[in-house]
Amino acid sequence: MDRIPILKMGDFLLVTIQVDLYDQLAENLETDLVNAVKKHNSKGVLIDISSVSIIDSFMGRILGNIGAMSRIMGAQSVIVGMQPAVAMTLVELGLTLTGVATALNVEKGMELLRSKILLSDGQSDDDDDNDTE
Amino acid sequence: MNTNQSVKILKEKKDAILELWTAKQKAEDSYFNADDQKEDSEDFAASFLNALSDSTVEDQNSKGFDKVKETLLGISVSRAKRGFSPRETGTYLLSFKEALLEVLSNEFNDPAVLYAESLKISKIIDNMTILTFEGYIKGREDIISRQTDEITEISTPVIQVWDGVVALPIIGTLDSARTQVVMENLLQQIVDTGSTIAILDISGVPAVDSLVAQHLIKTVSATRLLGAECIISGIRPEIAQIIVHLGIDLSNIITKSTLASALQTAFGMLKLEVNKKGKFINN
Repeated sequence: MDRIPILKMGDFLLVTIQVDLYDQLAENLETDLVNAVKKHNSKGVLIDISSVSIIDSFMGRILGNIGAMSRIMGAQSVIVGMQPAVAMTLVELGLTLTGVATALNVEKGMELLRSKILLSDGQSDDDDDNDTE
Repeated sequence: MNTNQSVKILKEKKDAILELWTAKQKAEDSYFNADDQKEDSEDFAASFLNALSDSTVEDQNSKGFDKVKETLLGISVSRAKRGFSPRETGTYLLSFKEALLEVLSNEFNDPAVLYAESLKISKIIDNMTILTFEGYIKGREDIISRQTDEITEISTPVIQVWDGVVALPIIGTLDSARTQVVMENLLQQIVDTGSTIAILDISGVPAVDSLVAQHLIKTVSATRLLGAECIISGIRPEIAQIIVHLGIDLSNIITKSTLASALQTAFGMLKLEVNKKGKFINN
């Protein structure tokens, strides 16, 4: 069965979605990702969706779930590289993914992730669910 | 035999017809400029008389007139662009008919024959007059569609005001179709320029109702999904009043009253600072 590779980079997990997601694939990713966070004790998850051209309501929910799950496991998550058309579709569907941090590209995403981790480390367990800064 | 005759007469009297036509145009149009229309008139008269033959004179829809109609459409469109009213173009052609009929009436002595021949010519020219209206409308429609395109294009300029900051001044009413264009342009520019802050200036929007506010909120949400922050600026006092009275919640959107203060906020978010040059440099 197809799986989306999850790469470990130091304290971070890097997920690059290169194919259009179908439901089963997305559910697998969700499970794999939380397991990987547990296994590597990661502090941040970066999901690159720049090559994804179709996101439906189910996929939108999965992305929200991943954000919420990693947060309660103590990892920050950032979604990067969303295409304009995808953003418009999600907004039309009413899925504004509040609580999920977003960034324009991997570079900016990494920066955001680092600052979020610094913030959460500095202020102990103080939860912050703000998005981009 | 008769048809032969009238076609023949008209062809022979080409110069006389043109002269008569010009005179009639002069009489009807006080702004008439002979040189201006001479070429058009000659072109049209020549192609009309060429097309006129035994077979075509009987049938106003004959294929023989296709070329004449083409010439006529060209004249009509160009006149429309030069600002002639459709009525003027219509009378222009009807005066041609009068000239033709006048020539015919001088040649035929039998009223019954004259009537029959005149009717045929009238039919053809009347049909063509209707065509000029079509041409006129087409000319106008071309102008309108070009202007519509231009307006849509110029009404959504995305300006890069700073490295990492884009601004979009919205001028005019925001409806669904326009919001779609605005949103598409803005998001594309954000991705292209890699900007992290977008300023949406609504000082040129005359009125804000709940629908417009909904559109604005959607645009802001979409920019956030891309990973950029959106600031709405140019909120005039009246608009602030309307928004509060309508009970629209903009609390999780950064709003500023002027573009300048929005830019200042953007600088703050980018950790930039604008300072005056030191005194020693000025003096």
